[in-house]
Amino acid sequence: MKRKINGYLIAGLIITGIILIAIIVGMFWTPYSPTAMKYGRFQPPSSSHIFGTDNFGRDIFSRVLKGAGTTFSIALSTVVVGALAGTLIGAVTGYFGGLADDILMRLNDAVTAFPSFLLALLVVSLIGPGKKYSVVISLGLVFIPSFARVMRTQYASLRNQNYVTGARLMGVGNARLLFVHLLPNTLRVFLPAFTIGFNNAVLAEASMSFLGIGVTPPDASLGYMLSEAQGMLAAGPWYALFTGLTIVFLVFGVGLIGEGIQMQNREVD
Amino acid sequence: MRESLQFILKRIFLLLVTMILVSFLTFLAFELVSGDPARTMLGTEATAEQLSALRQELGLDKPFMVRYIQWLGGFFSGNLGISYIYRQPVWDLIASKLELTLLLSLMSFVLIAVISIPLGIFSYRLTGGFWDWPRTALNQLCMAVPPFFTGILVSWEFGIILRLFTPGDFPSLHADFTRALQHLFFGAVCLSIPRIAMTVRMMRATVISEMNKAYVRTAISRGNDRHSVLTRHVLKNAMVPVVTFLGQTLAELVGAGIVVEQVLGIPGMGRFLVTSISHRDYPVVQAIVVILAFWVVTVGTVADLINQFIDPRLRASGLSGRLGGAAG
Repeated sequence: MKRKINGYLIAGLIITGIILIAIIVGMFWTPYSPTAMKYGRFQPPSSSHIFGTDNFGRDIFSRVLKGAGTTFSIALSTVVVGALAGTLIGAVTGYFGGLADDILMRLNDAVTAFPSFLLALLVVSLIGPGKKYSVVISLGLVFIPSFARVMRTQYASLRNQNYVTGARLMGVGNARLLFVHLLPNTLRVFLPAFTIGFNNAVLAEASMSFLGIGVTPPDASLGYMLSEAQGMLAAGPWYALFTGLTIVFLVFGVGLIGEGIQMQNREVD
Repeated sequence: MRESLQFILKRIFLLLVTMILVSFLTFLAFELVSGDPARTMLGTEATAEQLSALRQELGLDKPFMVRYIQWLGGFFSGNLGISYIYRQPVWDLIASKLELTLLLSLMSFVLIAVISIPLGIFSYRLTGGFWDWPRTALNQLCMAVPPFFTGILVSWEFGIILRLFTPGDFPSLHADFTRALQHLFFGAVCLSIPRIAMTVRMMRATVISEMNKAYVRTAISRGNDRHSVLTRHVLKNAMVPVVTFLGQTLAELVGAGIVVEQVLGIPGMGRFLVTSISHRDYPVVQAIVVILAFWVVTVGTVADLINQFIDPRLRASGLSGRLGGAAG
């Protein structure tokens, strides 16, 4: 059987692929030094500086490449932290049920009742703002409950399937059963959740850095660059424009991937 | 009627329990990290006598539970403690800011509710036709635009080029109400764009799944046309998850508004929260967090109560398995 690949999925993969390649290239090579201040102040976009230059005469394209790398890596590590912990909690509570399930899910309800961005700010203020790891920890913690809930529902619905009972009767251990046999069957729900989580992480990290309590210099992140660019709007609006559009397309691309996966799942049903 | 009264009372009781729980956890969390406030306020030069005098003045010499209960009592009588940085009562510092934040949230909430419900139905109508893919793409694109980027674009276009408002300079709400409201309106627009997209997407999905139900098939097979089935029967049922979602949105808006306040220079509570976090002014952070948490659980409870009136079946099923005002 040949499955038709969803158009949104392809479009999303192309957009994300282009950005990802640019980020990887940017790790090793940028057209100009992202920190050198010698290319002339406020040069509008041109063939030599495609995104123009900023108030210090730095090449914005090179800075966006570096900044996108920081934002991407923080968002990815955040969502991985949230997904790993959430899957572990969801798998155990969903599969075994019982008292631990009740307690954790009530706790989950209480935490998700709170606006997630506010919760992240609260955690940041508790562990100390302004460091890369504090962004990852605070956002990662905030993402655990939603993953736990999604995965719990999956595991709870799969635990009485025949293949699971069969494997259990054959003496497969719990750990192997949960993560080797059941995990692949949760992917159709896990992957869209992962893309949504990633996008929320990009936006949350950018917001926090924009507010000055996320990533701070010398690390450049897109959010921090936007807050820098805001002060130069009158003289060099292209700085804000290109930095912002990079965030938009990063989120848009991954959003299309998630949408495509969900549509494909529906077509299979 | 008795049933719904019972439900409302139960809901309010749970609301109070959640509020106490949230305030206790917040108080505990800040207790663990804040160190010695007296030393923070007086600096390292202070003598032991000065320190103990201030501790006594702030009530820090009392045990934890006593302080929590005093703090909670003070909270409900309008005494939220003293800021470490400004040495002023927290309530005096945040009262006018709270007003702006709530006004901003409510304005964007109205925009979201008024625009996204008709747009959600329209979006359902586009499903399956030629306009299906532009609809999906536009929807995803709007969700991808962060409010602080829209805020920057708005302050560039309307502030710097058209000079409709001055981004950094917010007029006092009481001195110049119309201009302040106009400024807030720009913020509300930025805040609502991605949320309108989310609500539309959610509403469309709900209408689709509702239209596939048996009662719709029955109604159509009895000769009703799809349009009247949609407006007379389906919409009412589809509103329940939408109301829950909108309640959650109203709660989330106070968090999301922080960034917009920052971009457009609106001196609201979110902005003050951020500066207080950077200055480690814990009494202020604590008070704002608890106020916003109370707002969130109250909104969640109201959304749940509205749903009881839209769909009486929910009343029979009790609390729909949710703790406190969880608006999820």
